[in-house]
Amino acid sequence: MTIKGKAYIAGIYEHPTRHAPDKSTAQLHAEVAKGAIEDAGLSKQDIDGYFCAGDAPGGAWPMVDYLGLKVRHVDSTETGGCSYIIHLGHAAEAIAAGKCSIALVTLAGKPRTGPMPPRAAGAEADFEAAYGATTHNAYGMCAMRHMHDYGTTSEQLAWIKVAASHHAQYNPHAFLKDVVTVEDVVNSRMISDPLHLMDCCVVTDGGGALIVTTPEIAKSLKKPLVRLIGHGEAMKGPRGGKDLDLTYSAGVWSGPRAFEEAGVTPKDIKYASIYDSFTITVLMQLEDLGFCKKGEGGKFVADGNLISGVGKLPFNTDGGGLCSNHPVNRGGMTKIIEAVRQLRGEAHPKVQVANCDLAIAHGTGGLLGVRHAASTAILERV
Amino acid sequence: MTEAKKYPAPVTNPETKAFWDAAAQGKFLIKRCTACGEAHYFPRSICPFCFSDKTVWEESSGEGTIYTFSLMRKSPTGPYAIGYVTLKEGPSLQTNFVDCDIEKLKIGQKVKVVFKPTEGAPLPFFTTA
Repeated sequence: MTIKGKAYIAGIYEHPTRHAPDKSTAQLHAEVAKGAIEDAGLSKQDIDGYFCAGDAPGGAWPMVDYLGLKVRHVDSTETGGCSYIIHLGHAAEAIAAGKCSIALVTLAGKPRTGPMPPRAAGAEADFEAAYGATTHNAYGMCAMRHMHDYGTTSEQLAWIKVAASHHAQYNPHAFLKDVVTVEDVVNSRMISDPLHLMDCCVVTDGGGALIVTTPEIAKSLKKPLVRLIGHGEAMKGPRGGKDLDLTYSAGVWSGPRAFEEAGVTPKDIKYASIYDSFTITVLMQLEDLGFCKKGEGGKFVADGNLISGVGKLPFNTDGGGLCSNHPVNRGGMTKIIEAVRQLRGEAHPKVQVANCDLAIAHGTGGLLGVRHAASTAILERV
Repeated sequence: MTEAKKYPAPVTNPETKAFWDAAAQGKFLIKRCTACGEAHYFPRSICPFCFSDKTVWEESSGEGTIYTFSLMRKSPTGPYAIGYVTLKEGPSLQTNFVDCDIEKLKIGQKVKVVFKPTEGAPLPFFTTA
């Protein structure tokens, strides 16, 4: 059994806003849904599957009602920032099983306008909550250990932000459009050692949506054909304190699962969307996915190797979460969207990868330094 | 420094009550599975490794080494040091480093447990040994 080639991404939409104090969160969900449905050339009545995560106000049933959908399949898997990459895989499974034929996935929210509601407590709460783990310091702890074990440097991490900024200069919607240097990054203020301000992603309002459908329906529409050929998901935590190793992520499991299903290797990938909540997130994911050996991520990302047209692995050509957009503090959706743009040939001409026929969209959710999920999607232009 | 910082009281539950009762006596407990022999933290009634229910409380030495840390500078109450400690008994756990010069922390450094009061049971922290 496989989902290889059984589901196509027929519609994408990234909300152009980065600050939306004048809109409701549900409204943003509706706007991105409308955008993706129109991009696909479909109508709302065609949607028979709906996928959303913890950012959807009230969850799946209030959203289905608010949007006025009539669906026969729902999935509200919540795995933080990578939820939407997991949704893509689950949508393919549902489509392959005949449970739905046109699935809508939405993400939207307003962390720039105001604080997000807290997550429900897990069983670990009494033993961890008081210590103040946040996104910044949880990833800081990963970077600190990675530097200790492998000699990774702040300058190497900075190259990831530099590459993102080179791409963001061409994105009219990017939150940060200025090209920055390695010196700019390492001289920016320390947020949580060893991560500087410019090692951190932006905080933006907004959202995005996908339409996932059958091969037959996709072929009846007008957009270039992009299909899912491999998918993986995994979770990782300290597991009783026995397995603590913050130098790798659950991507070491989700990645190989996706590559195996797709029947391709990292060497075949022309474009990579890699979740960039922080620079260290990208470096660890590149190692975990097999683009380089564990511990050699620093060398791999240095000297512009991630810049489109310059390096060997063009990444996050929209400017990513580090420069363009990180709607709802969740990067998975925009990772899929830019990968589809690249495969369609719809990326900005300055960053479009020539003959881009194979791409990866990979993300994590939760806190890499505490407990998290990861999901990997391999996408192919047909 | 962190001395003036107020920490939330643990909510506690039937599964973890013994841990917090011991903490009030200054004892730092971990759980060990008598079926597979593995120690774990935070405490569960069912072993997270072999899934046996033969888990027992054990007093930890409270000694360990720093696995990693980060000084969080984006904080309204001043910088604090979050990190992980690997206990002598094996399990690693999340904590804060307190009552020491947090600017001088190093991976591999020896640390020991210290309890800080809350309005409920005291909470375990670590300080340089």
